[in-house]
Amino acid sequence: MSEKPPFSPSLRNNPDLDTWIGIEPDGTVRVSTGKVELGQGIKTAIARLAAEELDISLERVRVETADTARGPQEFMTAGSMSVETSGNAVRLAAAEARQVLLETAAARLAAPLSALEVADGVVRVRGSELSVSFAELYGGRAFERKITGEAMPKSPEAYRILGRPGPRIDLRAKVEGAGFLHDLTFPGMLHGRVVRPPSPAAELIDVDEAAVRALPGVVAVVRDGRFLGVVAEREEQAIRARERLRESSRWSEHETLPASETLFEWLLEQPRESYPVVDGTPEDRAVEPHADPPRAAVTLEATYTRPFTMHASIGPSAAIAEFSDDRLTVWTHSQGVAVARGAIAEALGMPPDAIRVIHADGAGCYGHNGADDAAFDAVLLARAVPSRPVRLQWMRDDEHAWEPYGPAMLIQSRGSLDAAGRVIDWSHEVFSNPHVGRPRPSGDRSEFVAAWHRAEPMQRPEPRAALFSHAGIHRNADPVYVFPRKRVVKHMIKSRPLRTSSLRGLGAYANVFAIESFMDELAHAAGVDPVEFRLRHLEDPRARAVIQAAAERASWRGAGGDGRGQGLGFARYKNAQTYVAVIMDVEVDDGSGAIRLIRALIAADAGQVVDPEGLSNQLEGGVVQAASWTLKEQVLFDRTRITSTDWESYPILGFHEVPEVETVLLNQPGAPFLGAGEAAQGPTPAAIANAVFHAIGARLREVPFTKERVRAARQGAPPRSAGQE
Amino acid sequence: MGEPIELYVNGTRHPLEVDPTTPLLYVLRNDLGLRAAKFGCGIEQCGTCTVIVAGEAALACGLAVGQVGDREVITLEGLAEGDTLHPLQRAFLEEQAAQCAYCVPGVIMAAATLLARVDDPSDAELRGALAGNLCRCGAQPRMLRAVRRAAEELRT
Repeated sequence: MSEKPPFSPSLRNNPDLDTWIGIEPDGTVRVSTGKVELGQGIKTAIARLAAEELDISLERVRVETADTARGPQEFMTAGSMSVETSGNAVRLAAAEARQVLLETAAARLAAPLSALEVADGVVRVRGSELSVSFAELYGGRAFERKITGEAMPKSPEAYRILGRPGPRIDLRAKVEGAGFLHDLTFPGMLHGRVVRPPSPAAELIDVDEAAVRALPGVVAVVRDGRFLGVVAEREEQAIRARERLRESSRWSEHETLPASETLFEWLLEQPRESYPVVDGTPEDRAVEPHADPPRAAVTLEATYTRPFTMHASIGPSAAIAEFSDDRLTVWTHSQGVAVARGAIAEALGMPPDAIRVIHADGAGCYGHNGADDAAFDAVLLARAVPSRPVRLQWMRDDEHAWEPYGPAMLIQSRGSLDAAGRVIDWSHEVFSNPHVGRPRPSGDRSEFVAAWHRAEPMQRPEPRAALFSHAGIHRNADPVYVFPRKRVVKHMIKSRPLRTSSLRGLGAYANVFAIESFMDELAHAAGVDPVEFRLRHLEDPRARAVIQAAAERASWRGAGGDGRGQGLGFARYKNAQTYVAVIMDVEVDDGSGAIRLIRALIAADAGQVVDPEGLSNQLEGGVVQAASWTLKEQVLFDRTRITSTDWESYPILGFHEVPEVETVLLNQPGAPFLGAGEAAQGPTPAAIANAVFHAIGARLREVPFTKERVRAARQGAPPRSAGQE
Repeated sequence: MGEPIELYVNGTRHPLEVDPTTPLLYVLRNDLGLRAAKFGCGIEQCGTCTVIVAGEAALACGLAVGQVGDREVITLEGLAEGDTLHPLQRAFLEEQAAQCAYCVPGVIMAAATLLARVDDPSDAELRGALAGNLCRCGAQPRMLRAVRRAAEELRT
C-alpha cells in the first residue's frame, strides 16, 4: 500500500503543516481545524485522529476551531463533511508531523529511524534509555514545510484510539456549566437586544425612541429603517428596553403568507423550475412526462408531505461584536466564519481584512439557524457604541419567528410492480422551496434579515436551484434501490413567503420519508415482507448488511397488529455517505390515536469508525430529533404572521416521550470515513409510518403524525393517495 | 433602581445592589459569574435555567431576585466539591449524555432535585421529573441512562 492518500479540498487549500499542527513547549499539541463544534463531536474526532497519528495521548491534544485570523480556512461546517475533509487533512498532517519529529529525533539520538518508537509524545530508541520528547524536539518551533502527503497514516491494525470508545473532549467544561459563546464576557461589555417586525412584510410607522433612551442603563437605541435595537449596561435593562421599544412601535402589516390549511395546494400552484434528476444530479433540460409501463400487475401512487419545520435551537442565537479603531471583531456560532465575514463586509461596505470572525460554541443549530443574523445584528448595535463589546442575544420569539425554516415539501410517488412482486417502474417528483439561504458574499444582495430591514435595504438574492449531486431539494430523491426504470424530478418553488434555508438533512428527510413509505406500500401490495422487499432491490452489499443487522438486532417480526407494530426505514445519506437502517417499535392508542415510540434500533455503516460513542450519539440524536419532527412539528402561521413563537405553539418531543434507543455499528476497518451527522434523519419518519401501518393498518403520509391524522387514517379517510390494481 | 439584597448561593452570602425585580438568572450569570444556568426562553417553558431554591427545582428566569429572600440557592457550580465532580456530572461524562450540552446544566439540576428526594426513581418518575426540561439534540435517552447511573452511585 504505497499509494499516496488523496488530498481533500481542505488540505489543498491549506497546505502548510504549521497551519494544522503545532508542538507546544509544555508537551501539548495544538491541532487546528477550520471546522466548528456544533455539538456533533467534531473537535473530539479531530483530536482523536491527530492523537492516533502522532502517537500521543488524547489528553495532550488541544483543538482550535475556525477563526478567520488563523488556522486552516475550511469554508463551512455543514453537509456531514467534516470528518471526511478536515478529518482526512488532520490525519495526513499529523502523520507528516510525526515523520518530521522522528527524523529529527533520529539525528538527535544518532539512531536509525527503524530503531525508534513513539509513545505518548516521547521518542525512544528501542531497548535503551535514550529518548527525547516532542517538546524537546519542536516545542514552540514551526515546522516550516508544506504537507507532502508522503508520510503514510497508520493502518487500522495499529489503532489505539480510532474505533474505540473515549471521552468527548469539550464535555467536561460543559458539564461544569461553561464552554459557550453565551458565557463569554469581556471588560466593558454591553448587552443588546433587537425588536423584529411583527410580520415579514410589516412596515414601521413610528417608535418612541426617546422614551426608551431614557430607561435605566440604556446606552443606545438603534433605528435604521425598520431595524430596531437597543444597547444597555445590564442584561435585564436591555430586555426591559426591548419590551418598551416593542410596545411603543407601530407597524403597518400586510398579508403575505399563504393559507396554512391549503398550503400544499398553494405550493403546487406556484411558479417553479423543474429538472430531471439522473444518478442524483439534476440536468438542465425539459422534464418528460411519465407514462406507466405496459404489463404492470400493480400500479400505486401516493403523495407525501412535510410542513415548514424549525431548527428551534434550545439556546437562542447570540453574538458578540466590537468595533475598535476601524477594526471589527465578531464572536459567533455561525457554521462558516469566513463566509459570515464576507457577507458582513459586503453589507457594511467594509474590507473583509478589517474584520475578524471567531467561532465559539453555540447551542445545537442543526443547520442554518439564527446564528448568522445574530452576528450581523450584533455588528449593527456595536457600531453605535464604538470600542465597547456588545453581547447580542436573541429572545425566544426572535428565534422561533425569524430563523429560516426547513421548507415545506411535497412528493408525488408512483410505481409499478410486475407479477413477481418486483418494482418495474418508479417515479418520484419533489416540490419545495430552496434549502439554502445562508448569508454569503453575493454582490449587492444579502440574506441577512437586518440587511433587508435597514433604511437602505439590500434585496434577497433570487432563488437558485442547486444543481450538484444530492443537494438541497433533491438530496436522496434518487433511491439507492436498483429499478429497471426510474424517474426523479426536482421542482424548485420560486415563491418564498416564509424564509427557508438548510435544516439538517435538507431534502433527505422528506425524500426518504416518501421513498421508504412507498417501498412499504409496494411491498404490501406485493404481499412481500418489507425487509425482504428492500433486499430484492438492493445490490450494494454494505446496504444489505446494514438492513440485515438492524432486522436481526430488532428481532424483526415483519407484521404487527393490535396496536403494536414495527417499521423499517433505510437510506444511504446522499447515496455516498453513511448507511443507516432504523427499525422503530411503536404502540398506537386505539382511542386517541397517540403514537408511543417504544424502541428505535439503529444499524449504521460509517466506514472506518473514528469515534464510536460520538457516532452513536449523532445517530441516536438524529433519530430522536427526526421523531420529534415527525410526531409533533409544524410552523404555524396565519395570513400575516408566524404564530409559532414559543414552545407551547411549537412543541417538541419531551423526556416522557422519547423511545429507548439502541445502536449497532458495522465498523469497516481501513475504509474511508463517512459523514454521519445527518444520516439518521431520512430513515426515521418512514420507520414510524411503517410501524404505525403494521400496528393499526392505517397509512400516514402527512407529517406531523398528529393524533387527529392517525384517527382519520384509521377511519379510512384517504389522505392524498389512490391505488389501482 | 438598585437596592441592597443579600443572596445565599452555593454556601456563600453575596451582598448585592440590584433592582429587586431582576430575574435571578441574570444576577447569577452577570453579577455572580455563575454561568451554568442558561437563558433558553425567559418564559419558564424550557428548564434551561433550572436551579435549586430551598431544595426545590426553580426556574431562575421567572424568579425575581427580590423574591428569593434568605432561601439557599444552589447552582450547578455548587454541586461539585472543588475539583471533584458530582456523581451526576461524572455520569453525564461517562455516558456522553449530551450533544450540544446547552440544556445539560438545567437537566442535571432537575435530576439532582429528584435524586435528593427519591433514591431509586422509576422510569416514569425519572421522565416525569425531567419533563420540564427540553433537549433539542435528542440526547434524552443517554441522559436518562446517566441519571440512573448516578442514582445507583449515590445509593451505594
